[in-house]
Amino acid sequence: MSEAKTETAPGTPGSGWNWKSWIQQGLAVGTLVMLFAFFSFMNPAFYGWSNISGILLATAGIGIMALGTTFVIATGGIDLSIGTGSTFAAVVVGVFGVNVGLPMWLALIIGVGAGALMGFINGFNVAFLRIPPFIATLAMMMVAQGLALILSDVAPIYFRDTPWFSQIALGNLIPGLPNGVLIMFVLVAISAFVLARTKFGRITLAIGSNVEATRLSGIPTKRWLVMIYTFAGMFTAVAGIVMASRLVSAQPQMGVGLELQAIAAVIIGGTSLMGGRASIVGTLIGALIMSTLINGLRIMGVQSEWQFVASGIVIALAVWVDSLRNRSKST
Amino acid sequence: MRKRKATVLLAGLSAAALALAGCANGDGGGDNGDNGDNGGGDGGYHIILVSKGFQHQFWQAVQAGAQEEADAQGVTMDFDGPASETQVDNQLQMLQTAIDSGPDAIGYAALDPEACLPLFDQAEAMDIPIVQFDAACNSEYGNYLAATDGVAAGALAAENMAEELGGEGTIGVVAHSQINSTSIERRDGFIDYMEENHPDIEIVDVQYGDGDHIESADIARAMINANPDLDGLYGTNEGSAIGIVNAISELGIDPGEIAVVGFDSGSAQIEAIQDGSMLGAVTQDPMEIGRLTIRNAIALIEGEELPEFTDTGSFWYDADNIDDEDIRQMIYE
Repeated sequence: MSEAKTETAPGTPGSGWNWKSWIQQGLAVGTLVMLFAFFSFMNPAFYGWSNISGILLATAGIGIMALGTTFVIATGGIDLSIGTGSTFAAVVVGVFGVNVGLPMWLALIIGVGAGALMGFINGFNVAFLRIPPFIATLAMMMVAQGLALILSDVAPIYFRDTPWFSQIALGNLIPGLPNGVLIMFVLVAISAFVLARTKFGRITLAIGSNVEATRLSGIPTKRWLVMIYTFAGMFTAVAGIVMASRLVSAQPQMGVGLELQAIAAVIIGGTSLMGGRASIVGTLIGALIMSTLINGLRIMGVQSEWQFVASGIVIALAVWVDSLRNRSKST
Repeated sequence: MRKRKATVLLAGLSAAALALAGCANGDGGGDNGDNGDNGGGDGGYHIILVSKGFQHQFWQAVQAGAQEEADAQGVTMDFDGPASETQVDNQLQMLQTAIDSGPDAIGYAALDPEACLPLFDQAEAMDIPIVQFDAACNSEYGNYLAATDGVAAGALAAENMAEELGGEGTIGVVAHSQINSTSIERRDGFIDYMEENHPDIEIVDVQYGDGDHIESADIARAMINANPDLDGLYGTNEGSAIGIVNAISELGIDPGEIAVVGFDSGSAQIEAIQDGSMLGAVTQDPMEIGRLTIRNAIALIEGEELPEFTDTGSFWYDADNIDDEDIRQMIYE
């Protein structure tokens, strides 16, 4: 998987052998391994497959969201609309697939299209209207939540009449592994490839490193930014569909608050909030760390209050390590 | 109405508030906003209800009950509520807006029993009558609550769970909040009943999932994995209960092997009870909460005496009585 661990400046794509980058990756993996060892020691129920697959399934929604967001953050941007955006996409699938009665496969495509459209608008607002990404996507977060409530008429939309809908997340194409997790792994592979091996990935990182230099080298950065946000929007929609599948319903208030968990996963994984550096495998590990920590504390019967405290400390530590690295780079 | 919408928009709720205003106006209609002092004894009052939410079907049932009573009594009713039951701030903004608009009475359901105190003082100073529903503010003013007795409701859930388990076993609790009084009462009512009456039933864990379906499912999965012999799971609201049901089906455990007791209704929960994956649930009477709130408000405006607390009742339902007429009236799809 070394090709996915990419640290690069414009013009040096895929030169991922920076030892500092490896330390960050190593820290993330090490944290995950330590968490596993600790919780397994505390309670053997933790490492049962039933629990492991539970952790993976709990990771799927946020993990898929975080993959798309990795690209946005790699450009030095941010996307706050992913939580409610995923809800909006799920509701769109419900409206077209259940209320309107279109074939479900078509509704799914429309749902992903709705996610892409949201991303497109985000990108357009950021690149062409020069609205700061934080504000542009905050606005989209509110619009998406409102539209999800309006379209759903503030009630859940149930997918009971399409029996295979729940199989999107809960079926087992690979015995024992929920399909939602499989989808996440496939998307990890795809986005790792796109980031490390394609022009799209190279330009994403180049924009994050130095947007001005990238533009001067003749790359139409605004158009690329729109494409990057659109690409991320599709991940948001898939995350929404996977979560809706798990609930066999589109819940209009489902994704509120998930955006910050997804962003935290991206940062823990070693992607820089400043842009220019990203790791897809890191994002996956970051998302796994978050859900493993919460699950393990629950298995131990630790109070919810302390689960929040522990998650907060892990996020703070991860970003601190990240800033240490940035500092050493600039001196 | 237009002006009020704009204010709420500015309060940062934008689209969500628009949706709310949309459904609150849908059947209520009418010009309010500027008819604050039309006192008279013959109805025509303007009453604003500030709820804990509006997305949840429970609150929609409360709203429907309130609207029904408002129509019957010829008063105008507005219904407002934050997007989620964790948004104490937003809810206080709505209460502030309600007070500022000078209605004849306000109905309020406290998300937090202390945070509301300054606004209650303000309403008292402005002489705006307040009645409360579902959960009360710890204030001397407006101390008239129409709600379900949560402790009794929790005990009712415990009684039926204990009967199913034959008086012994282990139970996990998935509650929806550590601070919300309905969650605390239903949790404590359940746990205290077990401790007093069934020493052989052990509560192994209590966790909180904000009533979020996925969060609650993840919690229930962790509980089942950590306690493979678990006999029962209790969810303190609709979202918690559905999360439990989903977790059990995700783990491929036979329906009925773990006794699941929930709260309120909603179509997913009704279906789970009908197909045997849930033992049963305790329902409140949300329509009655709404109706009584409006009746109380009118009585208070007209200077009548009101009791401090009226229990609107809680009722056990399961596969046996789910189709009874009086139960059907209280549960909602």
